[in-house]
Amino acid sequence: MGNPVLKIRNLSVSFKIKDYHYPAVDDVTLTINEDEVLAIVGESGCGKSALALSIMGLHPKGRTKIDGEINYQDQNILRLNDASLNKVRGNEIAMIFQDPLTALNPLVRIGKQIEESMKYHTNFSASQRKKRALELLGKVGIPYVKRVYAQYPHELSGGMRQRVVIAIALACNPKVLIADEPTTALDVTIQAQILDLMKTLQEDTMAGIILITHDLGVVAEMADRVAVMYAGQIVEIADVDTILKKPLHPYTRSLLNSIPSKMSNKSRLHVIEGVVPTIQNLKRNGCRFAPRIKWIGGSEHQENPLLEEVEPDHWVRCSCYRNFYFPKGKTGEKHDVLT
Amino acid sequence: MSLLKVNDLKVHYPILGGFFHTVIDHVRAVDGVSFELRPGETYGLVGESGCGKTTIGRAIIGLNKATSGEINFNGTDLTQLSRGQRRQYTKDIQMIFQDPYSSLNARKRVLDIVAEPIRNFERLSSEEERKRVQFVIERVGLNPEIIYKYPHEFSGGQRQRIGIARALMLNPKLIIADEPVSALDVSVQAQVLNFMQDIQKEFNLTYLFISHDLGIIRHMCDRMGIMYRGRFVEEGTSEDIYNEPQHIYTKRLIAAIPELETANRKEKTHIRNQIAEEYRQTKHQFFDKDGRVFSLKKISDTHSVAMQ
Repeated sequence: MGNPVLKIRNLSVSFKIKDYHYPAVDDVTLTINEDEVLAIVGESGCGKSALALSIMGLHPKGRTKIDGEINYQDQNILRLNDASLNKVRGNEIAMIFQDPLTALNPLVRIGKQIEESMKYHTNFSASQRKKRALELLGKVGIPYVKRVYAQYPHELSGGMRQRVVIAIALACNPKVLIADEPTTALDVTIQAQILDLMKTLQEDTMAGIILITHDLGVVAEMADRVAVMYAGQIVEIADVDTILKKPLHPYTRSLLNSIPSKMSNKSRLHVIEGVVPTIQNLKRNGCRFAPRIKWIGGSEHQENPLLEEVEPDHWVRCSCYRNFYFPKGKTGEKHDVLT
Repeated sequence: MSLLKVNDLKVHYPILGGFFHTVIDHVRAVDGVSFELRPGETYGLVGESGCGKTTIGRAIIGLNKATSGEINFNGTDLTQLSRGQRRQYTKDIQMIFQDPYSSLNARKRVLDIVAEPIRNFERLSSEEERKRVQFVIERVGLNPEIIYKYPHEFSGGQRQRIGIARALMLNPKLIIADEPVSALDVSVQAQVLNFMQDIQKEFNLTYLFISHDLGIIRHMCDRMGIMYRGRFVEEGTSEDIYNEPQHIYTKRLIAAIPELETANRKEKTHIRNQIAEEYRQTKHQFFDKDGRVFSLKKISDTHSVAMQ
């Protein structure tokens, strides 16, 4: 792990609904280091993707309000104009999208799509670009690079398409790579290959990777550090071993208990009561997870919970983790494996 | 006595081509599959996309026509029956679909969605019908007052339960669940899986559980069949498959499951590479010249493997 490459300070992303701005990402502070995989996990609707899109500057301008800072190489990229932002994104900060079928243009040959960002960001000649594109295709493990270079997306399988999407993201040697659910649309065997590929590519490029996922198995395979998000806030952040073995926040523990594992063969899974509130219905004071753990008394929660460093580099929001337990019987379904 | 016995089932689709647009070849979506389901058990069909697992489910319920083979349900071969005759038997087989967002008609009320199967078979007064629907809706853990609402008013997990309520309406014996939780969030997934286990006991159901997620299959199923290219490569109990996988494809599939364990990350990659290497070397023992999987051979009472 090296120097920080991207620093996010007090970032809030609000969407305008009926003349009022509702924050989907609320006061998030994060640092991504060189050669590190930071995973962001949470259920859908927790603000993971909204956070990623704000780093890329892909939110529609009229309807979103973004506050805070995203610092890349000592400049706040939120304050850049479009022309200067375009110099950074796709070049030094790149993104891998979830669905490789919709992320690729069906009418453009694979080779041209990989070369596109090089056209804007480098002064390579056409032959240099082609050379680089072929080299990238080889790097992401595609056989017959020359043939694939001239093919269209529909001629490739899902796994191959995702490799092409990764090649596009890597075209300009990014320092920060944002991967938004990179393997969700893929089969398990292909998923394993893509994850292995991302790991080996990181060794070459030393890029900092932000991995957005809801799959804790993928987190265990890839991540160095994990930030758990709930309702727009980070509720727990620590290194991956701590999150998986000694999680503290009730939300992290509930998530871990709700997935079928080797141990839980045939036993009941834990069900998190209720749903993630929509940004309009969300109560913004107090512990946001409290409505889903009703058996924990109100006095356990803080009025204005902030992230606190409970151990070195292990941050948890709200004091309700201290006396948290899973109820026995109907609601809890499963005993806490940790206590 | 088995509830469902599938014997050498084949589903082939013609490929048309050539000058006269004639049949030039077939896609062998399901190519000689046999298995049986005992009453009250959960049987898993596992495989990657395109391996034919969904086609089997659809052939059993009659959404696809079987090219050849037998589907014996309670002793009657469904493939030999006409559409009309089949109705009487398929009443006992219901399906839960993958995507709760597209499997419920957005323009119908919950009442009409859930009552539809029963309207096909019984003539009930609207009062009786409403009572039956409300009874089932309550069983799946929803408020009986919601029957006049529309699907968009519900969350993913609730919708999937409405889909399950619809499947339960005719008191079926067999439920085919085609990837019932893969479109749902982890926490909601747990809720639906728990619930499926509850109603299995309560209604004495048999499940054919189709999924690509080996973790969920392990959690839910007593026995399972691993599929590859329209054929079974291995069949057995969960202990057989997960603890002693024999076929190289099963090994690969199991090695690909991400585990909640960070300590042996490097080792895991190493094992995967090793298995990929083993796959290259021992391929001929498991696949014939055309890459077709061999027929299943019994290696223990419960465990069969497709080997030479």
